[in-house]
Amino acid sequence: MLRLEKLTKTYPTGDQALKAVDLEVPAGQVLALIGPSGAGKSTLIRCINRLVEPTSGKVWLGDQEITRLGSGALRRARRRMGMIFQEYALVERLTVMENVLSGRLGYVGFWRSFLRKYPQADIDEAFRLLDRVGLLEMADKRADELSGGQRQRVGICRALIQDPALLLVDEPTASLDPKTSRQIMRLICELCAERGLAAIINIHDVALAKLFVQRVVGLRFGAIEFDGPPEALTPDVLTQIYGEEDWEQTIEDVPDEEDEEEEAEAEEAAR
Amino acid sequence: MAIISLPDGRRTWRRFTPSQQVIRWFAYLIGIAAFVWCWNRISEATTWFFVWDAPRIAGDILTRAMPPRWSYMENLWVPIWDTINIATLGTIAALMMAVPVAFMAARNTTPQMNVSQKVFRLIPPFMRPWLLTSTGEDSYSIGLIRPLALLVIVSTRSINSLIWALLLTAIIGPGVFAGIIAIAIRSIGFCAKLLYEAIEEIDHGQVEAITATGASRWQVMAYGIVPQIMPAFAGISVFRWDINIRESTVLGLVGAGGIGLQLSSSLNVLAWPQVALILLVILAAVVISEWVSAKVRGAII
Repeated sequence: MLRLEKLTKTYPTGDQALKAVDLEVPAGQVLALIGPSGAGKSTLIRCINRLVEPTSGKVWLGDQEITRLGSGALRRARRRMGMIFQEYALVERLTVMENVLSGRLGYVGFWRSFLRKYPQADIDEAFRLLDRVGLLEMADKRADELSGGQRQRVGICRALIQDPALLLVDEPTASLDPKTSRQIMRLICELCAERGLAAIINIHDVALAKLFVQRVVGLRFGAIEFDGPPEALTPDVLTQIYGEEDWEQTIEDVPDEEDEEEEAEAEEAAR
Repeated sequence: MAIISLPDGRRTWRRFTPSQQVIRWFAYLIGIAAFVWCWNRISEATTWFFVWDAPRIAGDILTRAMPPRWSYMENLWVPIWDTINIATLGTIAALMMAVPVAFMAARNTTPQMNVSQKVFRLIPPFMRPWLLTSTGEDSYSIGLIRPLALLVIVSTRSINSLIWALLLTAIIGPGVFAGIIAIAIRSIGFCAKLLYEAIEEIDHGQVEAITATGASRWQVMAYGIVPQIMPAFAGISVFRWDINIRESTVLGLVGAGGIGLQLSSSLNVLAWPQVALILLVILAAVVISEWVSAKVRGAII
């Protein structure tokens, strides 16, 4: 569904962030992209929707070549790629509802969006999504009143209301505590499964990635070093991606605290 | 910063090295010498008799000005209302012009093209500072839009509103309208400069997120940028309005409307009780405008 062909990005400083990356993501697959800081993970997902303009190479989404599109067609193509950010990137001074509806900006005209006159169908969908992530009663709050986990849920709603085929997720849990991180990762993966979305998730936390994804790609110095199922991540592989370190702890099977967390969530919801 | 080895092998740290200390000492010496010399020159050029006489004269004027001529107030209501209107309408007009100028001046919003590496190399290096303005890692704005916007900011800021009013009363004739235009022109640069600095300081992540939804250029502005600069915009507006109330009180001196006209005619006929009343009215207007702008700023932030 998504195909990268020899995708290369060279910054004007001469830094090669991506070196001819080839990658294919079938529909509905959730993929974790791991690698050290500066390996090019963020650049890779930003080259896919061309927030960063790739230097050369091709990006195919379905049968459309993203890298060839003019600005109008690129905007229409971006609607099919939802993006979720590390620092949530919500518009802090707008309400939760406005933030969610901003996911529809690619579909509505300027004046409708400026006057906040979104189609009723969009508003219905926004309420459905907020209900799904458990933030229905927050709809009228301002985004900067929410906690980190809540903000990320709003970010997820904004990405999903685009009705995307692909999610580009940049370090969704890096600013969250361990428990919220797990909840957010689980939520993203559940929603991808429900809607048959493919996703590329940049993530630092290897153990967390292993819990939730079907496939792991390791990036080092802008090139793919590893591509396989999470079980194949051995200490040797991690050393290859990140460099020498004692990896035994990281790849040990983390006991799944699902039940425990479900309870905690139920408690939270009750409150 | 100086790390100095002592004879016994230990190390110590002083803020300045010995040579820096000598240079600083000389700098102070030159500064004091210059001050003394200037003082002498000014002293030679001053008629000290008038200065020693100053307290008596000031006291004399004060006794003539007291009590203020309260009955003159009926002639002041209309001029003070004009003054407030000049400031308010001038500020509004200035903001309408300052907003587009600010967006053209801010590096992250100025109209730009991505100059490819190939084109970049085609332009000879000595031409690049003239043709290109860096607006990001690998994007440059081509042409004169940003320099022009900066020129508007600098040129309108550099001329005092009284001088603008002098010019404008000659061009469009005396009256309130000239005052409004003078205040507006003088304020463009001020508002645009503060606003474009606010635009350059926004969180780029929010802009990126809105762009990623497939939003158009204008939608990115309305959702990604405008909400972020709204507090700054409101603060700048009331701050400039507050300044303009003060500036517009003197515009009448050159015939551009407002209470300054009464002030200058009262001064000309040495009607000190009237001058006292006018100054009190101006003081009241300024105090009220300070109070309003403080309230507004408090409400926004």
